[in-house]
Amino acid sequence: MKVSYYPGCSLHATGKEYDLSIKTVSSALDIDLREVEDWSCCGASSAHMTNFKLSVALPARSLIAAEKDPGDVMVPCAACFNRLKTAQYHLRRDESLKKEIEEVVGGTFHDTVEIRHPLDIFYNDIGTDTMSAKVRKKLAGLKPVSYYGCLLLRPPEICQLDNYENPVIMDNLLNSTGAESMPWSYKTDCCGGSLTLGKTDVVVRLVDKLMTMAREAGANCLVTACPVCFANLDMRASENVRLPTFYFTEILALALGLEGPESWFRIHNTDPRPLLKSLNLL
Amino acid sequence: MATFLEEVNEKINGVPIQACYHCRKCTAGCPVAFAMEHNPNKIIKMIQMGMREEVLNSSTIWLCASCETCVTRCPNNVDIARMMDVLREIAIESKVPAKEKKILKFHEAFLSNIKSGGRINEPMMIVNYKLRSGDYFSDMAMGMSMFMKGKIKLISPRTKDMKSVRAIFKSTGA
Ligand code: SF4
Ligand code: SF4
Repeated sequence: MKVSYYPGCSLHATGKEYDLSIKTVSSALDIDLREVEDWSCCGASSAHMTNFKLSVALPARSLIAAEKDPGDVMVPCAACFNRLKTAQYHLRRDESLKKEIEEVVGGTFHDTVEIRHPLDIFYNDIGTDTMSAKVRKKLAGLKPVSYYGCLLLRPPEICQLDNYENPVIMDNLLNSTGAESMPWSYKTDCCGGSLTLGKTDVVVRLVDKLMTMAREAGANCLVTACPVCFANLDMRASENVRLPTFYFTEILALALGLEGPESWFRIHNTDPRPLLKSLNLL
Repeated sequence: MATFLEEVNEKINGVPIQACYHCRKCTAGCPVAFAMEHNPNKIIKMIQMGMREEVLNSSTIWLCASCETCVTRCPNNVDIARMMDVLREIAIESKVPAKEKKILKFHEAFLSNIKSGGRINEPMMIVNYKLRSGDYFSDMAMGMSMFMKGKIKLISPRTKDMKSVRAIFKSTGA
């Protein structure tokens, strides 16, 4: 299966282990990823918070670039996923905005690509049965809570990924590895996102609450599907409540017995290796 | 002249905010309400009362994290997240100084980084943010540790066709 790949800026930097683990898992599942040619940044929160047209034009440029290769585009960062889907939503509905943006970008929007998150592709196209059949190391004892955050699910009419108050696809994928995903009520609460530099104290408070609630749910780690959430959880939690955080693709790679996980875990800020060693998973 | 309410509604270009019947569900679910000067529902009331200065001067419009919880749960589809975007746009256009200066400085550093390379280079963006905000010393140890782990690099691949990126910034006035 051939899929285009839009890594976004974070996956070339702080989200390096997300990029590496996605590529490793995809290749094990025969998903052939091809990077969108000469993509540019989606503008993230900073564009839509300050300039609406810019927030549509920047993703539109990359959507048009992706159209060289019509079909699915895998977008792993929840912020990029949300911005690309939002731009597409407006371009599909507002003919005059579409004309204006096409002029700004200097290209035509043909609407020939679908923006898809790897959770969706792994869950709906590969499926948990195939996944569990490929598991080489059952992750017994790993008790994650799935943390979906905001931008994968909201607004629901744009994201259309899963139930927006109680999503389950990440939980089901994790359970297919032998891990026991713990139920909790904070799956879609906010981590503070881009406030991390401009208003760090608010982010610390939100992240500490997530950690505290994860502990209360009986979890021994958190799992995310977004580099912004990951950075906040992995780096901003206070020492007394901190739990290790993983990308869901790191967990899949570990369970499938693929090369790489240990070297990715080494670059986490909160080292997850002691937990995995105590469970005989590393 | 248009009232403040009309100005905001026109820019939202969707459900007018007077559809709000003040049930405060938005505020109950807002993750940042605890830190806001005026909560999201109060901002709606203030706009209806024409309190332009107070709204644009408030910390609320900068603290909103755009988590979209409010609009997802509002029984009347009032798009508060979009309303907050609009209020920030109006504040910038009207040159009202941001109450949360560091948050605006972050957005400026972020966008100027895209303008110069088409993609974010995290160390350069952070240096730029620190120069703008004067917040020099926070997160130094974390930055060094990420650098040592090879997570952030001083040079990262840029967009090749920068002409088209610059054209986008120029014609959107950003
Ligand atoms: S949830 Fe909607 S109707 Fe209720 S107070 Fe908030 S904006 Fe108004
Ligand atoms: S989008 Fe803004 S106002 Fe709405 S719930 Fe989130 S932080 Fe609060």
